[in-house]
Amino acid sequence: MGIGTYILVSLVKIAIALAILLTAVAYTTLLERKVVGRIQNRWGPSRVGPFGIWQPLADGLKFIFKEDITPPFANKPLYMLAPIIALTTALTSIAVIPIGPWIRLGSINTPLQIADVNIGLLIILGVTSVGVYGVALAGWSSNSKYSMLGGLRASAQMVSYEIALGLSLIGVLIYTGSFSLRDIVDSQAGTWLGFIPKWNLFRGQFVAFFIYIMAAYAETNRIPFDLPEAETELVAGYHTEYSSMKFAMFFMAEYANMVTVACLASILFLGGWSGPVFGPPIVQSLLPVFWFALRVFAFMFIYIWVRGTLPRFRYDQLMAFGWKFLLPLAIANIVVTSLVVALK
Amino acid sequence: MLSLILFFIFAALCVGGAINLLVQKHPINSALSLIVVMGSLALIYLLLGAEFVAAVQVIVYAGAVMVLFVFVIMLLNAGVEERTEHASRVAMVLGVPGLIIGLSLAVWVVSHLAGLDRIAIGGPMVMNGSDVFGNPQAIGHLLFRNFLLPFEVTSVLILIAIMGAVVLARREE
Amino acid sequence: MVPLSYYLVLSAILFACGVAGFLIKRNIITIFLSIELMLNGVNLSFVAFAAQLKSLDGHIFVFFVMVVAAAEAAVGLAIIISVFRTRETLNVDRVNLLKL
Repeated sequence: MGIGTYILVSLVKIAIALAILLTAVAYTTLLERKVVGRIQNRWGPSRVGPFGIWQPLADGLKFIFKEDITPPFANKPLYMLAPIIALTTALTSIAVIPIGPWIRLGSINTPLQIADVNIGLLIILGVTSVGVYGVALAGWSSNSKYSMLGGLRASAQMVSYEIALGLSLIGVLIYTGSFSLRDIVDSQAGTWLGFIPKWNLFRGQFVAFFIYIMAAYAETNRIPFDLPEAETELVAGYHTEYSSMKFAMFFMAEYANMVTVACLASILFLGGWSGPVFGPPIVQSLLPVFWFALRVFAFMFIYIWVRGTLPRFRYDQLMAFGWKFLLPLAIANIVVTSLVVALK
Repeated sequence: MLSLILFFIFAALCVGGAINLLVQKHPINSALSLIVVMGSLALIYLLLGAEFVAAVQVIVYAGAVMVLFVFVIMLLNAGVEERTEHASRVAMVLGVPGLIIGLSLAVWVVSHLAGLDRIAIGGPMVMNGSDVFGNPQAIGHLLFRNFLLPFEVTSVLILIAIMGAVVLARREE
Repeated sequence: MVPLSYYLVLSAILFACGVAGFLIKRNIITIFLSIELMLNGVNLSFVAFAAQLKSLDGHIFVFFVMVVAAAEAAVGLAIIISVFRTRETLNVDRVNLLKL
């Protein structure tokens, strides 16, 4: 493949990935409102189109036409920069996530992934850890008490849970011996006894999966760890002062992060896109993507389910849970996993 | 050629960030320019084939250490820096550029005399496959075989740092 | 392909900026940031020489520098917080008494 073709294919893949991601973000908001509505015995949005399926478009239009307010005495450059950082980092991390095996289109043979790199997992960790600045700067630059408290809480929470999140991935890495997300998926291929899939979840990493889920909820600022936004005490936390598209950018960043976390969970613990493949060639090449999307959807659904079910933690409980429970548990998981691998 | 262009872009970002750190009056602006420096350094590490170091640079420096700095700046609500009363402006205007230019010229001359400017390093960025120079496996082998004792000693260092930070930052009862 | 000396000059510029910041800045946090800048400049030299010598030892040194920098940041920021608590200033010129 020549360099020109390579760049062209990459650009097309970037465009497709962004389109898929943004659509997924838009429709996750709808799914969330519908599911939370049903959990609370309401209907959720139902007016715009059948079952409210055009609701995200209506929301988007509304955001565009709202007045964009900058509070007085805000630090203007940083106030502008914060939502850009949040959204950019959230969208960047999708670049290394594979959504399926290699496909062949005519003479072009390409992976279903924008960039297949050796250190994919580390890149995701790095990019998401830079995303903290979006939240922290938003809280600091709006010159408001609520935003400030939200920003402080968010940065402390995200830094603390990042440790547990990173350590929970070590077990998977010990099994795989590679940071490449594609290698991690390939290492989970096959079954035991013909029907139990060799997912990392069933290879003894269920503790790691539990830690990962908890830490991921905290990293994405979702209930039960949504202290940075805590609408009952902090108005809206770090984005209290934001309106119009700047607010929409934070919103999109949060949901894009949720999608990334769900993709990563399926890749690391649930076998990626493994699943029965059958039918004509075109179906055969698209079926893995469908299995992958199914896992991501299930994970998103659990996200929303938890939101509709659990109350919010108190801040000291949150910190104690992260440092005194998840962190020792993650370290114990690493020790046990490495013992198992060493003695095998 | 491509790597030379990329090097100049990231080097310009680095130098710009470093000078901005000096010029800015507010600590949060200085901290953000340092983050720019660290990010572009990570990309320069990629040019040198040090992919694992680049990732760790972003995760540890930009993602953890600098977040701590920003957090403390926010927590203490640090304002614009005060100037010293009897500061010499001449020393500032001439000394700082003089120091920077002098040191870089000295390094240039020494490396020219040692013939280092004829050694071209780095190359096309390949980030896929096991033949990358600084790949995680190679570094892991080295770290846990040849450098095992220093590695263990750093864990003691970190433990001491944790205890020190807790003792220093806690409020007196 | 980039000549090795370009990396060394960049590293020297970063280090010199760090030294200059350390000398002219009066805010204790910015002084600390300048120290991190110096460490980063040195790290670049390590990685560049590792690429020239085709030896990964330079990368390992960078890790240890990072570990020390992280530990130093944790302790240093704790010291800054306790200094701010007792003196309510971040200006190093006004932190000139050993005992209040």
